[in-house]
Amino acid sequence: MKSIVFGGTSGMGRAVARRLVERGDAVFLLANDEAELQRSAADLKAHSPTQAEVGYAVCDLAKPEGFAAALDAADAALGGFDAVVVTAAIFASQEALEADIELCRKLVTFDYAHTLVFCEHARKRLLARGGGWLTVFSSVAGDRGRKPVAIYGSAKAGLSIYLEAMDHKYHAAGLNVLCVKPGFVKTAMTAGLKPPPFAGEPDQVARDVVRAMDKRKSVIYTPGMWRLVMLVIRALPRFVMRKIGF
Amino acid sequence: MSGAQHLERVAAARGPLVEAEAVPSAPAAELAGWGRLAVPGREVLTENLELTTAGAALSRGLGRSYGDSSLPASPEDKVVGTRLANRILSFDEASGVLRAEAGLSLAEMNRLFIPRGWFTPVTPGTKFVTLGGMVASDVHGKNHHVDGCFGAHVRSLRMRLADDSIVECSPTQDPDLFYGTIGGMGLLGHVLEVECVLKRISSPWLWMESERVGGLDEFLASLQRAAHGFPMSMGWIDCLSRGRRMGRGIMMAGRWATPEEAPPAAPALAKKITFPVVLPNFALNPVTASLFNTAYYWKHLRRKAAGLVAPDPFFYPLDAILDWNRAYGSRGFTQYQCVLPRAAGAPAVREFMQLLTKLGGASPLCVIKDCGPEGKGVLSFPLEGTSIAVDMAVAPGLQGIIDNLNEFVIAAKGRIYLTKDRFTRADHFEAMEPRLPAFMALREKWDPKRRLRSAQSKRLFGDTA
Repeated sequence: MKSIVFGGTSGMGRAVARRLVERGDAVFLLANDEAELQRSAADLKAHSPTQAEVGYAVCDLAKPEGFAAALDAADAALGGFDAVVVTAAIFASQEALEADIELCRKLVTFDYAHTLVFCEHARKRLLARGGGWLTVFSSVAGDRGRKPVAIYGSAKAGLSIYLEAMDHKYHAAGLNVLCVKPGFVKTAMTAGLKPPPFAGEPDQVARDVVRAMDKRKSVIYTPGMWRLVMLVIRALPRFVMRKIGF
Repeated sequence: MSGAQHLERVAAARGPLVEAEAVPSAPAAELAGWGRLAVPGREVLTENLELTTAGAALSRGLGRSYGDSSLPASPEDKVVGTRLANRILSFDEASGVLRAEAGLSLAEMNRLFIPRGWFTPVTPGTKFVTLGGMVASDVHGKNHHVDGCFGAHVRSLRMRLADDSIVECSPTQDPDLFYGTIGGMGLLGHVLEVECVLKRISSPWLWMESERVGGLDEFLASLQRAAHGFPMSMGWIDCLSRGRRMGRGIMMAGRWATPEEAPPAAPALAKKITFPVVLPNFALNPVTASLFNTAYYWKHLRRKAAGLVAPDPFFYPLDAILDWNRAYGSRGFTQYQCVLPRAAGAPAVREFMQLLTKLGGASPLCVIKDCGPEGKGVLSFPLEGTSIAVDMAVAPGLQGIIDNLNEFVIAAKGRIYLTKDRFTRADHFEAMEPRLPAFMALREKWDPKRRLRSAQSKRLFGDTA
C-alpha cells in the first residue's frame, strides 16, 4: 500500500504512519510545519525495516488552495498512491471556543469545511485510478450533541455524515471510505484534559485503524470499548443529557 | 434577567432546583513515582520538548524512578511529561550511533533494534524508561562491571537550560554540564535530545547460566566469579532467612548467544499480564514474603542450570507483569539501593544483610550485583563494590530503618541511589556524598536561581518550594 498521511507528524497520525512504514508500506507525509516534517521523516526512516527514505510536503489545513499541489507532489514522489489518511485537525475546549468566536470559526472551518475539501481532492484522485482507501479521523464527539464537545463535536458530526455518504455513493466504485472515531486518546492534543476510563494510547489506535483498513471497514471506534460507550450515550434521553456533564 | 436567574425562579416555583451543572469536581491531580506515594501536581505531556520546557521546573519520562526524583517540589511547578516526544532523528547502521528525542522509550528501542542486531549499551531492570531518564539516572545494568553506566555511551546531549537557552553539550563541549547531567537527576537542565552508541549483538538470544547458592559467602564468591567469566551478572538474595541460610539465593550470569547457538527464530513476544487490582496493604507481610522467597528459591530445583533465554525474561523479569507495584497496596513502597565499596569487602555485605534482617525491612525483592569502577557522572551512583537493592513497603518504622541503613552505609563509605530514594535525610546524604559540593557548584553555575528543582532536590539539597 502507498499511503499519504496528512497530519502524520504528531499524535495518532504519527502512530499510523509508523505502523504503515514498519510493515513495509511506502508513506508520504503532509503537515503544516517543515521542521516537524523533517524530523518525522527521519523517524519513519529509522522505523522502516529497509531504512527507506520518506518524502514530505507542507500542507496546511488553513490553506485549502494548497491541497491539490500537495497531493500532486505526493503522487509524483510515491509514483501513484492508493491510500489517503487524514488525521490533521485542531482542537480546543468548549470553554475556550465559547470565549473566542474567532477560534470557533477557525475550528469548524478547518475541522469540517477544509477537511471535506481535502477529502474531495483525494477522492477524485483515488477514483480516477479505480479506488483505494480514504481513511479520515472523525471523533466519537460527532455521535451525539454533548456539553463538553458541543462545537468541536458538531464539526465532527458533519464530517462523519459526509464520510458515511461517500461510502454509500462510491463503495461500488472501489473506494473504501473509513470513518475513524477515536474515543479519548492520550496525545498532546488532549494533554490538558483528565483522561476518562477507557482512554486509549496512540499506538493502540494506529493498530486498530490499519487493521480496519485491511479489512475494508467503513466505521471504527477505537479503543473498541467506545462503541459500547457511545451506544449508551446515543440512547440516553434528552432530559438525562441535560443533567449529566459528559 | 440572566438565564440562570430565570431557571432559579422557575425552579423555586416548582420546588428544589435540580442543579444541571452538578458535575463532581475532579480530584486534585497527583503525580507519583513507581513507589506509588503521590504528591499534588500534574505533568504537561508534549511532543515538542523545545516549546514546552521553556519555564519548566522538571522533566519526567515514564515515572519509573521509585521515589520523588520525578515529582514537583511545589504543586505549581511546571513538570513536562516527555514520553510523547519519542522520535528517532538518525540512526547509522554502520556505527550504531542513535540520536533521538528524550522521550523515546527503551521498550521501543528494543522492539525496533534487537531484530536488526543492535541493543542499548546498558539497560536497567525495566524497559519502561525513556532515554532522558536513562541519562538523568545514569542507569547501570547487569554489565556494569564491563561496560559501566549508560552515560559512558552517550556522545552528546541537546539541552534546555535554566536561563531558557538551548545548547548542545558533550565530553568536549561544556563537559562540566555534560557530566553533571549524566546522573544529575534532571537538575542542570532539560534533556531534549540524546545521542548514544548502540552495541552490536551476535543474536537476539542470551545464553544464561544460573546457580542456586546456599549462603552469603558462597554467594559473594560466585558473584565475583561470574563477573570475571561473563559480561552480565546479578543475583537474587533471600534476605528473610536467617542463620546458616542467610544470604541464600540464585546467581545469574549471561552473555549474548552466538549465531550458532541461537535458534533460527526470533524470540516470541511474551503475553503481557496487568496486575489487576491494588492489593490490600496486609497482603504482602513477613509471612507471605517468606513463603514467596522459599518457593522462589526452590523453584530453581537443580543446583545449576544453563540455556538460552529471550532478552525480556533475562533483563526485565518484572516487566512481564504490568503495574506490579500494585502488589504493595495503597500504602506504597520504596526501594533501598546502596553500594558498598570493594575495600569494605564481604564482611560489610554480611553485616549489612544482618542489619537488614534485624531491622525487619526486607521484602521478596532483593537484588545484589557486582559493580565496576565509578563513571564520570558527577553524581552517578555506582562505584566499585557490591550493590544491594531491596524493596520495602511503607510502614510506620520505615524512616528509622532507612536512617539505620544509611548510617551503616556512611560508615562503610558507600552511597545510595537517588533514583530509588524517597526517605534519606539531607544530613545523611551530605555525609555519604563527598561529590555533593562539586554538584552544587555546577548548579550554581548553570542554574543560580534554582529554577530546576524536584521534590527530591527540595528534600536533599534544601531547594525552596
